[in-house]
Amino acid sequence: MRAYLARRVVQALVVLVLVSLGGFTVLHLAPGGPVAIYAMSPTMSAEDMERLTRQLGLDQPLHVQYAKWAGGLVTANWGRSYRDGRVVLEVIADRIPATLVLMLSAFTVAVVLGLTTGIVSAVRQYSIFDHAMTLGAMVALSIPTFWLGLMGIYVFAELLRVLPPGNIGTIGAPFALADRLRHLLLPAATLGVVMVATWSRYTRASMLEVIGEDYIRTARAKGVSRGAIVLKHALKNALIPLVTLAGLQLPLVFSGALVTETVFTWPGMGRLFVDSIGYRDYPVLMGILLLTATLVVVGTLAADLVYAAIDPRVRHA
Amino acid sequence: MSTHAATAGTLAAPGARRTLSSVVLGRFVRHRPAVVSVVLIVLLGGGAVFAERLSPRDPVYIDMGHKFARPLTRGHLLGADELGRDVLSRLLHAGRVSLAVGLAAMAVTVLIGAVVGAVAGYRGGLVDTLLLRLTDAMLSFPPIFMLLALAAFVRPSLASMTVIIGVTSWMDVTRMVRSQILTLREREFVLGARALGAPASRILARHLFPNTVGIIAVAATLAVARAILLESYISFLGYGIQPPFASWGNMLNNAQSYFATAPWVAIFPGVMITVAVTSFNFLGDGLRDALDPRHARSRA
Repeated sequence: MRAYLARRVVQALVVLVLVSLGGFTVLHLAPGGPVAIYAMSPTMSAEDMERLTRQLGLDQPLHVQYAKWAGGLVTANWGRSYRDGRVVLEVIADRIPATLVLMLSAFTVAVVLGLTTGIVSAVRQYSIFDHAMTLGAMVALSIPTFWLGLMGIYVFAELLRVLPPGNIGTIGAPFALADRLRHLLLPAATLGVVMVATWSRYTRASMLEVIGEDYIRTARAKGVSRGAIVLKHALKNALIPLVTLAGLQLPLVFSGALVTETVFTWPGMGRLFVDSIGYRDYPVLMGILLLTATLVVVGTLAADLVYAAIDPRVRHA
Repeated sequence: MSTHAATAGTLAAPGARRTLSSVVLGRFVRHRPAVVSVVLIVLLGGGAVFAERLSPRDPVYIDMGHKFARPLTRGHLLGADELGRDVLSRLLHAGRVSLAVGLAAMAVTVLIGAVVGAVAGYRGGLVDTLLLRLTDAMLSFPPIFMLLALAAFVRPSLASMTVIIGVTSWMDVTRMVRSQILTLREREFVLGARALGAPASRILARHLFPNTVGIIAVAATLAVARAILLESYISFLGYGIQPPFASWGNMLNNAQSYFATAPWVAIFPGVMITVAVTSFNFLGDGLRDALDPRHARSRA
């Protein structure tokens, strides 16, 4: 187990270095650059532009800029936003709670619905329910998230007028849990749809595999009741491979969150990213890219390690 | 379809060729959603190819007199948008953009993915390790974040969208091709070719690649679905195809502001994206089942 752990951690570190190098290079080779937005400004002279470039360190060679920036990462100095001069980590940290609330709610919805439909699909294989779920899962995976959000707003905010069309809470109103929940419902459901299909499919496949095993037949032969077989014998073992799914889904969930936040004007990290692109705000963009990629790498690693701890067969594969 | 014949040919003895390809075709036809999808894709493709002739109006023609004309009124089958442009005509022309980007990006995706996967799988060792870590690194970026970061810095065009989607989507193909090559590499016919002194390039091109055609066909179909979806995201967020030219994604740009007056402006483009993406996903599903019966049995 220790050798496996060491190998996986080294792999993850290599990936993280590649991630930071790749992201940094791409953003810095891009035409325009952070000073370009001032080019249109009538109050900026050519000398001002040059001075600004020097001040931001953009005139130095790329590898020097990277070394300086990467050195800062280790000491928790991720630079300052080009837009308003605030510390990058603070700017991002401000947005994390909103994104976290959204993602966790969607995750809960997806796991509860996904497991239930997946189990029923597997137990009643080839039933009308199973076929409907197969079709539904494929459509759910194919619907553009932003359009699903738009349709949600149209139906529930515009036609029925039962839910607010966006934002994290009523503007100007003091904090109230009921108000927050009402605002959370549509975005969480939208993001949940992205995930629920995958959870349902994986649960179904995993359950079907376990149901075919010999020990299930033995339990059946012993006269164990159907419900006990499904829930106690099959589900317990079927859940093991699903542990990795939470980690594997992270990139998709982050992408979905970005789009959902944009549609619902949800003040999270995804919207910060979209806004920062408009301002060519490199430090914030790099900060978010690095943070999300790190979470994905760590999430995958954690999922693999948990899996290996539960199921010893994996370590030796 | 040619992919069936090609795969069947590599798997079967020469005499059994026709039988096996018809078996594969038979399996495909039994996958009903896939068959329906083929019909839908042909319809969408036809609409895109003949967009000029099928469109009742010029898709960029602004006619404020027809602003927000309801569907089925004043010659607008699917209504008109905020500038009085015909929604149906725009959908047909937008289909050109979306399908063209989808197919072209798929080509880039498959090309990069297959080459990287084949090299990694065949060479092994350090090359494999490095390429594998590179693939992992690319997979760690949430796709939309990476796409937006790239799309924001280049002038949006059909070509730039195609390249950007292609270079951020090849990793799945790489993984599939690599693992396929890894298993094939140890097979007797490859050992035989190597023993006869065939160079690596010949072994790859003549012996390994033809045997990956099946999985590449599946991966390619799924790549089209993914590319259409990603194009719609970028265009919706304003970094893709620019107005007045229509793409299914950018038609939804401002749709939210007109919900109260003109919901049809928001509804139809989304339906088109969903139908197109679902169809290509089901087609890939059907191809996989037809080409790999083991998979079909465990899945179905």
